[in-house]
Amino acid sequence: MRYMLMHKLDENQPGAFDPSPQFLERLGAFMGEAIQAGVLLSGEGLEKSSKESARITAEKGKTTIIDGPFTETKELIAGFALMEVRSKEEAVEWGKRFADLFIADGIDVEVDVRRVNEGPA
Amino acid sequence: MPVGESEVRRTVETVWRMEAGRVVAGIAGIVRDVGLAEELAQDALVAALEQWPRDGVPANPGAWLTTVGKRRAIDALRRRQTRERTLAELGRDLDEQVNPDFDAAVEDRIEDDLLRLIFVACHPVLSPIARAALTLRLIGGLTTGEIARAFLTTEPTVGQRITRAKQTLAAARVPFEVPGPADRAERLDSVLEVVYLIFNEGYAATAGDDLMRPALCQEALRLARQLQALMHGEPEVHGLAALLEIQASRTHARTAPDGEPILLNDQDRRRWDQLLIRRGLAALDRARTDHPGPYAVQAEIAACHARARTPEETDWARIAALYAELARLVPSPVVELNRAVAIAQAEGPAAGLAAARALADEPALAQYHLLPSVLGDLLAKLGRHDEARQEFERAASLVDNARVRALLLDRAADCGQKKS
Repeated sequence: MRYMLMHKLDENQPGAFDPSPQFLERLGAFMGEAIQAGVLLSGEGLEKSSKESARITAEKGKTTIIDGPFTETKELIAGFALMEVRSKEEAVEWGKRFADLFIADGIDVEVDVRRVNEGPA
Repeated sequence: MPVGESEVRRTVETVWRMEAGRVVAGIAGIVRDVGLAEELAQDALVAALEQWPRDGVPANPGAWLTTVGKRRAIDALRRRQTRERTLAELGRDLDEQVNPDFDAAVEDRIEDDLLRLIFVACHPVLSPIARAALTLRLIGGLTTGEIARAFLTTEPTVGQRITRAKQTLAAARVPFEVPGPADRAERLDSVLEVVYLIFNEGYAATAGDDLMRPALCQEALRLARQLQALMHGEPEVHGLAALLEIQASRTHARTAPDGEPILLNDQDRRRWDQLLIRRGLAALDRARTDHPGPYAVQAEIAACHARARTPEETDWARIAALYAELARLVPSPVVELNRAVAIAQAEGPAAGLAAARALADEPALAQYHLLPSVLGDLLAKLGRHDEARQEFERAASLVDNARVRALLLDRAADCGQKKS
């Protein structure tokens, strides 16, 4: 079963979208672990919203497009990992290990674990 | 029961499944005995089940299990040490390795131990089915109950199979090692065969089967991906992974809502999983070598289908050539028959018929309904309806599945109504 893990950061936090070398090293080890466990299908990290971003909104029959940065949004999606695991608990455990990477840098993070809709079996 | 105890239990079980292979491998690296390592790893699991609900889940539960497992391993060695004092020094060395602050060197060692564990669990001295059970148990962390449900057998049968497998490994004095160059190829085949067997067992699951059965496909894919990370220099490992990724990409397209299988050419290709196809094609790139093995060649064939957006776009000439290559690697009349079908698609029914007719005397195909089915199909396309009818009738007489038989008899009747 597939889960999408998405992590969200406050762009105003120092270092949030500007990871330290130590963080990148921990991240590399984490990714290596997930690949080695055979669970990581795909994953990416995102740039901060001041860099080439846009938001498209369709509301009341009208579509509007605004460019970033999204200053009013506190928690912005900062990256995702698509994982194939045996259970929600396993996905949560990976999400927890991922969140732990941020602790040493004092960065607050929120990781959402969501089941991918895989249609009828 | 304290609040959250069942939750903690779920966490223990989840972490155990995630870490079982590494925990067992780390212990086996110390005690050099897979059977003993599994018992000690189970002790670590029991310790977690006792302590975590009481003391809380440790910050790094995987490392906790490995550390406790290794401590048990050293205790076991010490008990042996009292009999064999020569091990005293070894024990001191090991003590240092149990430091929970794993450094990179220890991590590397775990990877090495995991690879050794896989090679031992898949040793050719064991039957393929015993290898599969042992691999799912030791590396996958599955329970005997789950393995039994997956293979449509009973828990005691699987338990016995695993016990006997461990005894066989001990009796054969299989060392806890990655095989050397002399038997590396044969031992690798033995590993890949197990992963493919597990996948096919899952792929053969039908509607109404226990869910553990189709889950075997996932277990096999996970193993194949693990092997890719552990042996990135082995092209055939990537070949197997590519084959499994591409086959798995068709999971949602290969059965009708009523559970009936849908043939490749009739599948709704929009339902093929493009992510898995991309992963399969990427693995295939890494499988390329001057002398591709049978899994890489089969993956190339699967990739020909995966790349075709419609059945008409399929590169049948290439598929026919790949089947010829596969037949050279693993001679098989069934592969030859597939080649004949590909030739018919590439060059027309007459050429396909000639290739299929060449197999008429194959004893292995004498009772195989697909040979007369293919002959009937090609003859019908050539307008030779009377001969086609006879082949379809013969095919129908060889098949057990009532639905397939009815389809074949329908085609025979169709041919009977047409003039040759």
